[in-house]
Amino acid sequence: MIRMTGIRKEYRMGDNIVAALDGVDIHIRPEEFVAIIGPSGSGKSTLMNIIGCLDVADEGVYQFDGQEISDYTEDELAAIRNRKIGFVFQQFNLLPKLTARENVELPLVYQGMSARKRRQRSEEVLSRVGLLDRMGHKPTELSGGQQQRVAIARALATRPSLILADEPTGNLDSKTGAEVMKLFHELHEAGNTIVLITHDAQIAAQTPRAIHIHDGRVLEPAHESEVVI
Amino acid sequence: MQTITMAFKAIWSNKARSLLTMLGVIIGVISVTVLVAIGQGTTASVTESISAMGTNLLSVTIQTRRIGGGRNSRSNSGAKGTVILKLDEILALEADDTIAAVSPTVSGSLTVKAGSTNTTASVMGVLPAYAQIINQGVEKGRYIIDADVDNRSAVCVIGTELAQTLFGNTDVVGNTVHVDGRRFRIVGVLESKGTSMSGSSDETIVLPLTLAQRMLESTSISSFYLSAVDPDSVNAAQEVVERFLYKKYQNESTYNVMNQTQMLETISETAGTMSLMLGGIAGISLLVGGIGIMNIMLVSVTERTREIGIRKAIGAKRSNILMQFLIEAVVISGLGGLIGLVGGYALMKALEGFLGMPLEMSAGVAQMAIGFSMGVGVIFGLYPADKASKLKPIDALHYS
Repeated sequence: MIRMTGIRKEYRMGDNIVAALDGVDIHIRPEEFVAIIGPSGSGKSTLMNIIGCLDVADEGVYQFDGQEISDYTEDELAAIRNRKIGFVFQQFNLLPKLTARENVELPLVYQGMSARKRRQRSEEVLSRVGLLDRMGHKPTELSGGQQQRVAIARALATRPSLILADEPTGNLDSKTGAEVMKLFHELHEAGNTIVLITHDAQIAAQTPRAIHIHDGRVLEPAHESEVVI
Repeated sequence: MQTITMAFKAIWSNKARSLLTMLGVIIGVISVTVLVAIGQGTTASVTESISAMGTNLLSVTIQTRRIGGGRNSRSNSGAKGTVILKLDEILALEADDTIAAVSPTVSGSLTVKAGSTNTTASVMGVLPAYAQIINQGVEKGRYIIDADVDNRSAVCVIGTELAQTLFGNTDVVGNTVHVDGRRFRIVGVLESKGTSMSGSSDETIVLPLTLAQRMLESTSISSFYLSAVDPDSVNAAQEVVERFLYKKYQNESTYNVMNQTQMLETISETAGTMSLMLGGIAGISLLVGGIGIMNIMLVSVTERTREIGIRKAIGAKRSNILMQFLIEAVVISGLGGLIGLVGGYALMKALEGFLGMPLEMSAGVAQMAIGFSMGVGVIFGLYPADKASKLKPIDALHYS
């Protein structure tokens, strides 16, 4: 699913060039549930941007779903994000003026899907996250946990190859956080590939495999499963 | 389709701001439509009143009054300037086969008073033939007759509008009015010809030529009208008059003979220039409205940076974002254009009574106004929309 070799990304800070990622090799197979864990400043956000095709690496090879995407144009990256990646963010990132349903349908709008099919699909995923009765509500009328579930429904709507979650429980209390994690486990069991970015060791411990990242490098495998590729 | 609904939603959720943004376009469109309509209305009514005078008409104006015989008189021009047309000479033109009637005219503005009502009206001194020449007789009573002219009788024929103003009705034959303090008996009421911007014959008072010359202190004849026997002899008649005048003045620039066709041309030319100028001025306000749209769209792009980031993250292409903001700008300006049309129409109807002429919104002007305002939306929406579409998703997502 994901194969990264020698990924390098640099930032300019004044006169200094800082390497946010310094030769990262990662391999994630389909239907895996992987946590990428590291403290803030470790480069995990940069890594998440590259995995999510929001940004491209300066060096190295990134293969996503069998495609080499290092030299894609901006629009090609947008198409990949749209069809193959479902994002779940820490701040939910729902559009405040749209209802839950409209938020879920938005990526489908950009696919050019017909209104009827969108309707069908949004009902399907909203019932999957248990919010069918709240789909006419705007984000401000929903609790944090509900908003995050709408965001997950939006990520699922396009039936992506990868669900990419960036600190999905970071803005939630521990009880709703646990509910959201439970939802991720269910999705994993249903056959979805999930990459979860976090700084929280407790969250990482709940996933079958965790990749530790520190100072822009992947540390030695923490889970035994990583040894076998 | 989805983008258009989205644009309406975005506009609706910011009603006050959207309306203020539209205001520039609204005012622009209102001024374009109303000013053009006034221009066209004026042309139409002037044209109509000129055509009503008949196609046989020729008008002559003479610029002899170059401070005749005054200090500035140079040998050559002074000599020509002092040439005075005599009534007999002009009337002698009637002898020509092509000319049916001739009437000199004098005109000016004098106070007209009836009872306690007091107004300033335009006063014309004419010969009896004038009624036939400009094709305007009397509705009641009689016109000026030869005897009035010969005797300098204090009689007058009054326009309907003026009669209304002075007496409150048009049944005024036999009443008296005071013109510049002098008593006149009303012997007739002029046929109504309708109003136009250039003044109405319904608001004039007609006196015998001889008396009017005295009262207006203009004994020399500076303008006269004549009619050809039929429309086909207009050109021949014009030549006769021009030959006569050239013999008299030896200088073509001191007089001007115009037939109806020329007069209409001159007027429609002037009116066309006026409409164009008015339209241009109004067009500038549309342009200013466009700048207002650009300003607000730029603010909107900054405010919605995060929204743009989210949209891009979940797969919006550059073109999607570009279209979203462009359509928003065009919808704002187009909506402003529509509101402006409605407002312009309302203003026209309100002004109609005030200006006393029918104002019509032509389909062409309406289409042009809408097209132009939407064009303004495209042009001034393009830069903000392009700016929005170029935002990088990661930068936009982390913007707060």
